[in-house]
Amino acid sequence: MGRYVLRRLLIAIPSLIGISIVLFTVLALAPGDPFEELATNPNVPAEVRANLRAQFGLDDPVTVRYVRWFGSMMNGDWGFSFASRIDVDQLILQRLPVTLFVIGSSQILALLIALPIGVYAATRPYSLFDQIANTFAFIGFSLPTFFTGILFILVFSIQLDWLPFVYRTDIAATGWRWWWEHGKQALMPVAVLGLFQGASWTRYVRSAVLDVIRLDYVTTARSKGLREIAVVVKHVVRNALIPVVTLVALQMPAIFGGAIVTEQIFRVPGIGSLLISAILANDTPVIMAVTFVFSCLVILFNLLADLLYGWLDPRISYH
Amino acid sequence: MDEKGLRQLIGEVKRGRVTRRQFIQRMVGLGLTAPLAAQMLAYSGIAQAQAKSAYKPTKRGGGGALKVLWWQGATLLNPHFAVGTKDQEGSRIFYEPLAAWDPDGELVPILAAEIPSTQNGGLAADGKSVTWKLKKGVRWHDGKPFTADDVVFNWEYASDPASATVTIGSYKDVRVEKLDSHTVRVHFPKAAPFWADAFVSTRGMIIPKHLFEAYKGAKSREAPTNLKPVGTGPYKFVDFRPGDMVRGQINNDYHEANRPYFDSIEMKGGGDAVSAARAVMQTGEFDYAWNVQVEDEILLRMEKEGKGHADIVAGGNIEFIQLNTTDPWTEVEGERASIKTRHPLLADAAVRDALNLLVDRQAVQDHIYGRTGVATRNFLNNPQRFRSKNTKWEFSVDKANQLLETAGWKRGSDGIRAKDGKKLKFVFQTSINAPRQKTQQIIKQACQKAGIDLELKAVTASVFFSSDVANTDTYTKFYCDIQMYTTTMTQPDPQVFMDQYLTSLVSSKENKWQGRNITRWRSEDYDKAWYAAENELDPVKRAALFMRMNDLAIEARAVIPVVFRPRVGAVSNKLHAPTSGWDNDFWLLKDWYRDA
Repeated sequence: MGRYVLRRLLIAIPSLIGISIVLFTVLALAPGDPFEELATNPNVPAEVRANLRAQFGLDDPVTVRYVRWFGSMMNGDWGFSFASRIDVDQLILQRLPVTLFVIGSSQILALLIALPIGVYAATRPYSLFDQIANTFAFIGFSLPTFFTGILFILVFSIQLDWLPFVYRTDIAATGWRWWWEHGKQALMPVAVLGLFQGASWTRYVRSAVLDVIRLDYVTTARSKGLREIAVVVKHVVRNALIPVVTLVALQMPAIFGGAIVTEQIFRVPGIGSLLISAILANDTPVIMAVTFVFSCLVILFNLLADLLYGWLDPRISYH
Repeated sequence: MDEKGLRQLIGEVKRGRVTRRQFIQRMVGLGLTAPLAAQMLAYSGIAQAQAKSAYKPTKRGGGGALKVLWWQGATLLNPHFAVGTKDQEGSRIFYEPLAAWDPDGELVPILAAEIPSTQNGGLAADGKSVTWKLKKGVRWHDGKPFTADDVVFNWEYASDPASATVTIGSYKDVRVEKLDSHTVRVHFPKAAPFWADAFVSTRGMIIPKHLFEAYKGAKSREAPTNLKPVGTGPYKFVDFRPGDMVRGQINNDYHEANRPYFDSIEMKGGGDAVSAARAVMQTGEFDYAWNVQVEDEILLRMEKEGKGHADIVAGGNIEFIQLNTTDPWTEVEGERASIKTRHPLLADAAVRDALNLLVDRQAVQDHIYGRTGVATRNFLNNPQRFRSKNTKWEFSVDKANQLLETAGWKRGSDGIRAKDGKKLKFVFQTSINAPRQKTQQIIKQACQKAGIDLELKAVTASVFFSSDVANTDTYTKFYCDIQMYTTTMTQPDPQVFMDQYLTSLVSSKENKWQGRNITRWRSEDYDKAWYAAENELDPVKRAALFMRMNDLAIEARAVIPVVFRPRVGAVSNKLHAPTSGWDNDFWLLKDWYRDA
């Protein structure tokens, strides 16, 4: 097992280098530069921009820039943002807690919806409950988050005036009031993301459980006279969960990556909105750092999912 | 009225036969209006009554929190690094310049004790220097006094290329000298009629010497104060998260009595313009939203809720159409649209005139922009003292048809006019942006009726406005016949704005297409007028020169103005927020207050 993990980690190194090269080249090929806004300002002479580009090393060939970026990344220096001239790691750390909280709670919400509904629907296939659950799941994952987000804002903020739709990290309150305000503003983004995710997971859980529940050993368990709840929880769900775990594990990097669209709509200052504003401003060091961290997480969680299999299903072994 | 007539009138005001008010009213009738009149009188030694501020609160603080929304959040808080207006606005909460521009394009003293003028001896007679007297008793947020040393330091800091400042253009050619603890003199290399650039408005915010001194030059990025500003402004720094939130609290030591009104300020960033307008005008969650580029129809609908309104203030930005004077389809010495060529179709004045008649500006205003884009006949629209009355525009398909017919452009079987085998077909490009595509449609339909075929092209904004030398779709390359976009005028003096028709600034391969003259239109008369204006100290003559430049470009149909674009903000109906089209939205933040 230890050797397996080590081998997987070693394989990850060339793929990460490959990913970083692709990312860097694509960014270098994309049009625009971080000082674009200066170009349209008649009061800023063209030399000023040329100077800034030279000072930030933007005029060097892509290969030179890549080697420099790679070198400092190895030393733990992530560079600084061209837009705010602040170190990139500092920017990311500032945004991380919000993203972890909002996206994390939405994933928990999604699991809380998907597991019970999916399992219950699968135990009673084609019943009224199953039909309704299916219909809602379909609607849920057919509607994109930018649509439900705006819909929620229109209904709950503008028509009913119940919830604020601008997310603020600094709430001037303490104690219970702080929690109340925080919960209120997080409700809509968490619900939008959680319902979307929950809807698609419900479908997976249902079909996974459905596959298992018809197997002979389940019939055996039932004929032993075990209670229905014990049959489902102990015998069915544990086996059915294997594909679901993969799905959930692969979704985990997104918790760190943020949700670009939803964060933008609700002005949640997370990693997603940092990424999108960096892309719009052609802020290469920030884009590189965020996307690179994201790819590391994808690789890491892939490995984690594989290891979880072994725990859930002892028949799987590693070589 | 010519120059002589004006002078006579000014003389009569001096002798008291005509009042200031009557003079200004007569000027309004002539289209020159108040600001020009005021400036002319000031120049002629007639004092200007200090404008009364509409600020009502009689004590400092007690106003609660001021919550403002910027759909692009400030990313840094050092005004000398401010790439965009969002960064300038964030810095402006804490830092102040010596003077700011009011909505009429007039200077208002902030950290200066008074605005330099010829009467108070601030302006040298030869125009080569300006002396600023600083306000006394001003303190930085950390209690240190604000003095002439700080002002001189800002010049040193910004003009040092190693500091990598964005403001270097305003400081590198001047020399700043300290006369005494509260007086500085700015020396210009030659006579400068426009002396209010350094230390003024967006590029003039003063940072404290004692905190930045150690970080001048190459170490400029390391200054801790870059992120924790210590200024002289009405609010003190509390917290900053780049791209998300700037927070400040009341400065109880502010240098003006009874100000500011609010106890704290929160500037939230991110999101989009429409929902920012909603947060102010529909839910009232916020008091103010910056730059709400939203269709007027939507704004009007939101205004009906009665919580907020759109604040529309005129600036100099203009949406206009450029006609290429060179041939974009032939390559000469490795360059298309080279000035060695002439446009095969647009070289004909009749075609240019016809196109001018086919742009229905009123329809564009009525159906697309509403209050946020006003039909205009001029390229230089504001400040009003520079607006020409000599030009006119009309929309007439019949006249266009007539013109083309007499010029020998005959309709072919496909309905498109042609002459000598050349068909009247143009490629018309602009950036992707809903109002622009609608405008393109309006013009295309009119052109069709006149037998001109327009092929519409829309380029992603990030490509169109980029300066990428390798890309052929950028606006500065102008590799097509006609294009449309908005050009910005960031200060009330048109000198820099009007350089975009100079022969010496033609955009070409040689200057990597960074030249500002994108139409490649050239005129000796224009060049002469521009260079004359550069050193003309008499404001009346200078205004006349700018009007002449405007008229030359318009009459030659180098460009066809469409609408001028005022700035639009969303303001809560309870909030009093004086805004100006010539400065940041926060130019007079100290005077913002809310009805109780």
